[in-house]
Amino acid sequence: MSMVTGNSYLESLLQGQPQLPPSPLAWFNQLRANAVDRAGTLKVPTTRDEEWRFTDISPLAKLSFQPLRGASRVKTVDVERFYLDEAAVRLVFVDGAYMPQFSTSPNRAKELGLVVTDLSTAIATHGVAIEPHLGRHAGFEHNLFTALNTAFLHDGALVVVPRETAAREPVHVLFIATQPEAASHPRCLLIAESGSSVTLVEDYVTLHEGAYVTNAVAEIALGDNAEVNHIRVQRDSIHAFHIANCAVSLAHASRYRSVSVALGARISRYDLNVLLAAEGAECTIDGLALITERQLADTHSSIDHAVPNCTSRQLHKCIVDGAAHAVFNGKIIVRPGAQHTDSTQSSRNLLLSGKTRVDTKPQLEIFADDVKCAHGATVGQLASEELFYLKSRGLSEVVARNLLTYAFGAEIIDRISIASLKHRLERTVLERTQRD
Amino acid sequence: MIYQDSKTLLEIRGLRATVNGIEILKGIDLTVKFGEVHAIMGTNGSGKSTLAKVLAGHDAYQVTGGSVAFEGNDLFDLKPEERARAGVFLAFQYPVEIPGVANSHFLRLAYNTVQAQRGKDELDPLEFDDLVREKMKLLDMNPDFLDRGVNEGFSGGEKKRNEILQMALLEPRLAILDETDSGLDIDALRIVTKGVNRLANKDNAIILVTHYQRLLNYIVPDYVHVMEAGRIIKTGDKELALDLENRGYDWVGAEQRAAVEA
Repeated sequence: MSMVTGNSYLESLLQGQPQLPPSPLAWFNQLRANAVDRAGTLKVPTTRDEEWRFTDISPLAKLSFQPLRGASRVKTVDVERFYLDEAAVRLVFVDGAYMPQFSTSPNRAKELGLVVTDLSTAIATHGVAIEPHLGRHAGFEHNLFTALNTAFLHDGALVVVPRETAAREPVHVLFIATQPEAASHPRCLLIAESGSSVTLVEDYVTLHEGAYVTNAVAEIALGDNAEVNHIRVQRDSIHAFHIANCAVSLAHASRYRSVSVALGARISRYDLNVLLAAEGAECTIDGLALITERQLADTHSSIDHAVPNCTSRQLHKCIVDGAAHAVFNGKIIVRPGAQHTDSTQSSRNLLLSGKTRVDTKPQLEIFADDVKCAHGATVGQLASEELFYLKSRGLSEVVARNLLTYAFGAEIIDRISIASLKHRLERTVLERTQRD
Repeated sequence: MIYQDSKTLLEIRGLRATVNGIEILKGIDLTVKFGEVHAIMGTNGSGKSTLAKVLAGHDAYQVTGGSVAFEGNDLFDLKPEERARAGVFLAFQYPVEIPGVANSHFLRLAYNTVQAQRGKDELDPLEFDDLVREKMKLLDMNPDFLDRGVNEGFSGGEKKRNEILQMALLEPRLAILDETDSGLDIDALRIVTKGVNRLANKDNAIILVTHYQRLLNYIVPDYVHVMEAGRIIKTGDKELALDLENRGYDWVGAEQRAAVEA
């Protein structure tokens, strides 16, 4: 595929991407072509753009990109430590490329009544199911990174949970970075049909601590009464750039719960857009960023109450150490006529050193009058009343501080329903928060 | 209960304390001997909760005068955690919620810290689980409370039970119960006070801080002290609490002012 962008930085980003063969499906080729066109006209955002005010991604432009070498060097022993015991089905991608040898067989999913497969295979077999969703939820008109991801659409994860099917065990989609100076464009599409339920783990890990770019897009569509538990873990290299867009669309009385945890990357940016598209839909969105040194973690969420009688709950927490910088922008939109909207949002930030920075901004745009919207933000040190309570029971200052710092993060981690993943992340929080 | 020849546990002399530069305690004198139950009563703002927090070592309060000896040692030489390990326990009026810290973990940490101080063996999670479940039965507490965050989402009554559970585990020398009766319905009050009564013995002492006489129907005090404007203005036996219940607090203050003028 050739691409004209008129932008030398983009040119470099595009280098090394494999030539994509045309698909037999016209709509798919058209989608990619549109994204290519769009990517060519959009500019790399700078801090002069309102949505990127606090997040300077210019260091990304200094990164040089090498062609992808292929993932044949990766050994099972390198990747299996990331597997989750509880997951019945697993899809593994290495530097963006689907790795069937590390993934569970498509038959395994079939036995469970699910479709879990790589997108390029699925395009041929499930094109009709995919077409109404792929590229339809995560728009790229105004988003360069989504446009780029869509332009490179090839491999990716497809999960379809058919009507009235309850997937008891979680589906694990594991993206592994193995090559420095590489750019990958991971893609996930989850279609939860009406009355179905599923837990999806979207997991970004690395085998090295070099610099690279992950530019991920996830689309999640919930049918009537569907229930999706979405766990997102970003453990990229401390020198990596992680840019991600996730779009979620909820139909009547469906329920979306997400826990996202950001631990890695030099600069990470996560845009989560949730559309409550039909009455009775509910979403609960919890996030934790645990960062240190010179890391920057930026979460932009938008919860769109498009219709009446929907509920949204959001708790976003940051633990910021070293000279790190956390950004949270939480937009809640209540459309005209979206009466009886019930929405709460809380942003809580814990600073562990004097050189940290937090920018947090609730952004409520309310165009209906009979609604319940509560929001709040705190930035600071540990609460002195909590410290006193623990000390009054004999705990030393250090033990009390460590316990409270850990607890601050654990409140979010505890909401992860998968025990092995929860324990692994609890250990990480413990290791990163404890002082002597 | 008053025991003959009982030793002094707590000796407060001329205690003064401020918060944000405002004097709240204006010269408190109080002697508590082993085995005794003291009730400190008074209207809101009389300083009774401040006294409780000063004894526990809350850093929002500055001690500006007087002394407090605990088993003969200067209490103010000790940090809050050292006071706890020495046997001072405050049951909070408003226990804080700490999401993310499992109640069982917190209780065991506190228990083992105090055990270690006393030269006793610490318990591993399984051993502790047996102990804590047994203590919870006394307070009619659902074991589910072990798995929840400390006080997280507990009702007012559940929080108070969790405080008394900590008292049962830590076996303090001096337990200060700050408005433990507030927010309790009659059944919960009965259970909580039964728990406290079982813990009272000749080797410890209890200070009950309360606004209402109701609590004292269940935990019978040996002494009742009335606080007003940062001082103890009257001391009596349990009958005094009944007088206060019937007549309110005003007459005590009037009586005291008359005595000063006379």
